[in-house]
Amino acid sequence: MRFVDEYRSEPEARKFVDAIHGVVTKPWSLMEICGGQTHTLIKSGIDRLLPEQVTLVHGPGCPVCVTPLEQIERALAIARRPEVIFTSFGDMLRVPGTSADLLSVKSQGGDVRIVYSPLDAVKLAEQNPNRQVVFFAVGFETTAPANAMSVWTAHRQGLENFSILCSHVLVPPAMEAILSAPHNQVQGFMAAGHVCAVMGYWQYGPIADKYEIPIVVTGFEPLDLLQGCYMTLKALEEGRSGVENQYTRSVTYEGNRPAQRLLRQVFEPCDRAWRGIGSIPESGYRLRSEYATYDAETRFDVGDIEAAESEECIAGEILQGLRKPHECSAFGSKCTPENPLGAPMVSSEGACAAYYHYGRVKVS
Amino acid sequence: MSDKDPLPRFAGSCPIPISDYPMVQMAHGGGGRLSQMLIEKLFVPAFDNPVLENLHDGAVLGLSSGSERSPGQQRLAFSTDSFVVRPLFFPGGDIGSLAVHGTVNDVAMCGAKPMAISAGFILEEGFAMGDLWRIVESMRDAALEAGVWVVTGDTKVVDKGKGDGVYINTTGVGLLRDGVEISPEGASVGDKILINGPIAEHGIAIMSVREGLEFETRLETDSAALYPLVELLLDNLPDDLRVLRDPTRGGVASALNEIAGQSNAGVLLEEDRIPLSEEVRGACEILGFDPLYVANEGKCLAIIAADRAEEALELWRSHRLGAQAAIIGEVVDDHPGRVVLRSSIGGLRVVDMLSGEQLPRIC
Repeated sequence: MRFVDEYRSEPEARKFVDAIHGVVTKPWSLMEICGGQTHTLIKSGIDRLLPEQVTLVHGPGCPVCVTPLEQIERALAIARRPEVIFTSFGDMLRVPGTSADLLSVKSQGGDVRIVYSPLDAVKLAEQNPNRQVVFFAVGFETTAPANAMSVWTAHRQGLENFSILCSHVLVPPAMEAILSAPHNQVQGFMAAGHVCAVMGYWQYGPIADKYEIPIVVTGFEPLDLLQGCYMTLKALEEGRSGVENQYTRSVTYEGNRPAQRLLRQVFEPCDRAWRGIGSIPESGYRLRSEYATYDAETRFDVGDIEAAESEECIAGEILQGLRKPHECSAFGSKCTPENPLGAPMVSSEGACAAYYHYGRVKVS
Repeated sequence: MSDKDPLPRFAGSCPIPISDYPMVQMAHGGGGRLSQMLIEKLFVPAFDNPVLENLHDGAVLGLSSGSERSPGQQRLAFSTDSFVVRPLFFPGGDIGSLAVHGTVNDVAMCGAKPMAISAGFILEEGFAMGDLWRIVESMRDAALEAGVWVVTGDTKVVDKGKGDGVYINTTGVGLLRDGVEISPEGASVGDKILINGPIAEHGIAIMSVREGLEFETRLETDSAALYPLVELLLDNLPDDLRVLRDPTRGGVASALNEIAGQSNAGVLLEEDRIPLSEEVRGACEILGFDPLYVANEGKCLAIIAADRAEEALELWRSHRLGAQAAIIGEVVDDHPGRVVLRSSIGGLRVVDMLSGEQLPRIC
């Protein structure tokens, strides 16, 4: 397949693997930010091809994983209401709240529907004027423009029965939180290519300078990740910091300016809680006051809902790269995709799920 | 389970973790781990008998005395399946032809020639008679092509709003030849794994017309009656055919996991050798699906002794249903009970049972 096979070629992959083995002389710890990257790394077996000195740690870039428990509880409370059609991307349906998930609510009669675009949710609102249609707006800078577009479209059409449960999170503040944590182990970042396709990478220079680390904007195919690893490791070995761009076929320094304009028009930065990590200043988006009527949290008065995480789940440490999934005592026993304690075991992009599905047994 | 939860009647000894699934989920019928759990932990112990315990696509019964076996005794393969597909009509097929193919294939995967099927219809009040006629015509044509008669049936009608138009249950029977021993426990180290063509076509064809997800594709379901492929192997290498399985719900990954588990053998797949059409690859890339877990309705996995595998491959390739057949892996002594895949870039990873349904990704 054009633009796919080129990035999954074994001879090309072997060249990068050999180059990585050639450049590494000491232990290094790299973080890939995005859960999609984690899955490619493990699904294609890259983690097993790297030198032993290289430790890959998995970042907080899984939107399903970092959506806080109380936000899941708010979603469940809204989805249970008879007047509501609750819409979401598929990934969110199996994320556990304290006692249920959206699929359970569906099996109990809630009108929960998977949509493939937030604009499909807007269409549902048009088609069902007597129902309230709510879209669970999760995700990083990648999904935020489409979600902003849904609110902008509903506003332009004067739809009064559409709203979003807004849970957007932003990458650069999370990177700063990880780097400034006292036990930080991350020495270099492979930044999420699709986030940068929207936002550019102008925000990353000050972070690389402040913490004196290399940041390499990296794509999602196996060869992207191998090249991203190589570029990061080479910079580390040569003692360089700064930002490099591996994903030049999709990412520019400035990013997608119309998308950024739309984001600024509809959303404004706010402090946001991350599941398992806690609150990070200015790390999320909320609706601007002009669009506040589209906020499901206030429309359905669920803002006061609180919830406590499982004490056994170490998702927060995993999402900060401090521990690996298999270092959790509950991994694969008390915590499985069927009975998850935390979101990283549920999401298709979660690090625990990746380890569970693709890496549970040692293969030679 | 909390002490406060009201217990269902059988919950005292029910091994399913009811506290986690107090109600049936869609994934209990998805062919993955939850389906397996329901069958192995609930149905099999409840109906406790040695034939059911084989967990094959169908039951094989000695004609004279139930499960008792004696030399020369005629054996019957017996299987049932229910069809609740949406939409009822999809590219290349419909629920009627699917209901025939699904059941005759389950009989064929026992190594038996399908003879006859039953058809049970559950119709929703208000369903268009013209559409019902189309479905019945399609069943008739599929049955003729598969060489089976629809010999008995049943019809029930449910209130409007209590069904999806039409549900169909079919049950099939077929006869086994003497000496044929097909069993999911039969895989042994060195055997090769064959498939008769590109995977995941049925699942993606259905998704392409599913409400809310429609996308343009030339792709059609692969739904077909597979006994001719089984017959080719039984005619030419009956002693070297170990296992047959049609990878329907849960896809190739789930079928091979079941075989690996029941044979306690390791399976090693080669990603580059697994036939996959460009359309299916593209759709799976966009949706974030792994084609190994997507349903098929006209595909057959066969595990064959290593020294006859190439011959089996040529036999299949000589038939229209196997023109794109391939050897996709082998049975190994490493990692018993597990399926492992060598990726296109040379890495290794586990191919697990599907947990729940595959859901489209966020980004």
